[in-house]
Amino acid sequence: MVERRPLATAISHFVLILGMVIIAFPLYITFVASTHTAQDIVQVPMPLLPGPHLIENYTHAIQGTSGSAASTAPVGHMMLVSLISALMIAVGKIAISLLSAFAIVYFRFPGRTFFFWAIFVTLMLPVEVRIGPTYQVVSDLGMLNTYAGLTVPLIASATATFLFRQFFLSVPDELVEAARVDGAGPMRFFWDVLLPLSRTSIAALFVIQFIYGWNQYLWPLLVTTDESMYPVVMGIKRMISGGDAANDWNIVMATAILAMIPPALVVLLMQRWFVKGLVDAEK
Amino acid sequence: MASISLRNLVKRYGHGPKANQVIHGVNAEIQDGEFVVIVGPSGCGKSTLLRMVAGLEDISGGEIAIGSRVVNQLEPAERDIAMVFQNYALYPHMSVFDNMAYGLKIAKVPKDEIKARVDKAAKILELGHLLERKPRELSGGQRQRVAMGRAIVRQPQVFLFDEPLSNLDAKLRAQTRLEIQKLHRELGITSLFVTHDQVEAMTLAQRMIVMNGGHMEQFGTPEEVYHRPASTFVASFIGSPPMNLLQHAPGARPGTLLGIRPEHLDVGSEGWEVVVDTVELLGAERLIYARLGGEALIVRVEEGRPAPQPGDTLHVAPREDRLHWFDQASGQRL
Repeated sequence: MVERRPLATAISHFVLILGMVIIAFPLYITFVASTHTAQDIVQVPMPLLPGPHLIENYTHAIQGTSGSAASTAPVGHMMLVSLISALMIAVGKIAISLLSAFAIVYFRFPGRTFFFWAIFVTLMLPVEVRIGPTYQVVSDLGMLNTYAGLTVPLIASATATFLFRQFFLSVPDELVEAARVDGAGPMRFFWDVLLPLSRTSIAALFVIQFIYGWNQYLWPLLVTTDESMYPVVMGIKRMISGGDAANDWNIVMATAILAMIPPALVVLLMQRWFVKGLVDAEK
Repeated sequence: MASISLRNLVKRYGHGPKANQVIHGVNAEIQDGEFVVIVGPSGCGKSTLLRMVAGLEDISGGEIAIGSRVVNQLEPAERDIAMVFQNYALYPHMSVFDNMAYGLKIAKVPKDEIKARVDKAAKILELGHLLERKPRELSGGQRQRVAMGRAIVRQPQVFLFDEPLSNLDAKLRAQTRLEIQKLHRELGITSLFVTHDQVEAMTLAQRMIVMNGGHMEQFGTPEEVYHRPASTFVASFIGSPPMNLLQHAPGARPGTLLGIRPEHLDVGSEGWEVVVDTVELLGAERLIYARLGGEALIVRVEEGRPAPQPGDTLHVAPREDRLHWFDQASGQRL
């Protein structure tokens, strides 16, 4: 709609603001809860304005000094674990996908179609489906409680390969031929031409994969038993003890806020590239 | 600089009886420093032939030699050639300078020499002020010149052009044609130029190869091709409007075709009696579409003469020294 009518503008703004409030309210509550003491939060009605304990709660959370009944692993360390695994997943996935897409698009080797379909089939098998056998493999290889165990099974996936394959297919053949005439070998062409052209797609994929890696929950739950290898998303769950025991909800909420910051930062900082990578390809 | 020899060149796609042969034994000797145009309709194999010389297509049979060196097994980069592509194939993320320098960088030419060579090429092509720009910031004509610049800086033995003018508008095309001619005069590098446009072919070529269905129909100077076409295909492909080919012309023997170009028919008081169908005004001249007996005939007359009306009867006299005879079955010149 390109019409500009005051009423329509008002209605659309109302709907947008309403939607935003609905989405933002839980976030706000999380933040408010992270600034009170554990006792204050469980009062009815719970406070809706930030309290005075912000710094105290966050310090406890980051250093793991809250003295709760459940896990008190320091969030600072958990965030580091999350950061390292998310980065490894994002970078590893992009590197492997770029290379496999390059192989599939530009090389004629025996079994090319077979490998293409083999990769394609993995699209239908997400981690949750193959979690049993994957756990067996990771465990047999002694990769429990390691970064390799946390990341390698998640790196192998086809989505990114497909994205790059589609992109490479849209690169004109003449460009490949021009590079051949210029004397560029396959890897030289890959580095000098293909990679710079894929920049925006790489950026978009990095954002998606970083968040995917950061938000992993089920897989880390299986392969980590050592508190020092807990990623933060899973750490939140470990902080909540079952049964009737009192939980330090203020610390849990502070952790949740902390866990939200890095993905939000990645999205904010790379937004421009991200959108560009999804909408246009510079060719 | 070098000559190019094509010896019994064959290109097939696929193997065995199902193979699709697209080049049928082409033989040609291109002299050192010559500008040769390969011309033909779409799908005649002219681009394939050029790409075989470039090394972008495998050779199924025969031999290509550049200078004294047989290059069948060499990579494009080792053949000492440079190619200008139809869509220019500039690297979109590199500046004009980097586009031109890329091949030299890979060949590990020293930096200052790269700079000197690129600057020189840029000067010849008037690209000096554009060196820092990206290809997307250039017009079609400028991109075309960058593509030529990239070819020039490599100082190759052979230039290969794959329909480089087809994406330019008519005015720019004529202008670039002149520039290419000038460039060839200055550098004197052996050039192979593929086009489907006969005007380009006639104006640029020192000699031209006319291709049809993977066969080389004729290899000669533009004058030879125009005045002594080797076959009915060449006769009707080169020249616009095409040569009239008449089966039942007065005086024609059975089994032969008489060829006469529209510009070699004089309207007067004697000669063949033809009935006018339509008349077209092209500016400086008029085309009269007429019938001689049952056969179509085109006559080209100057615009200043009175225009005949459809239905009129005219007398046209062919110039005796401009008649061409072809064998009807094979299409070959007699």
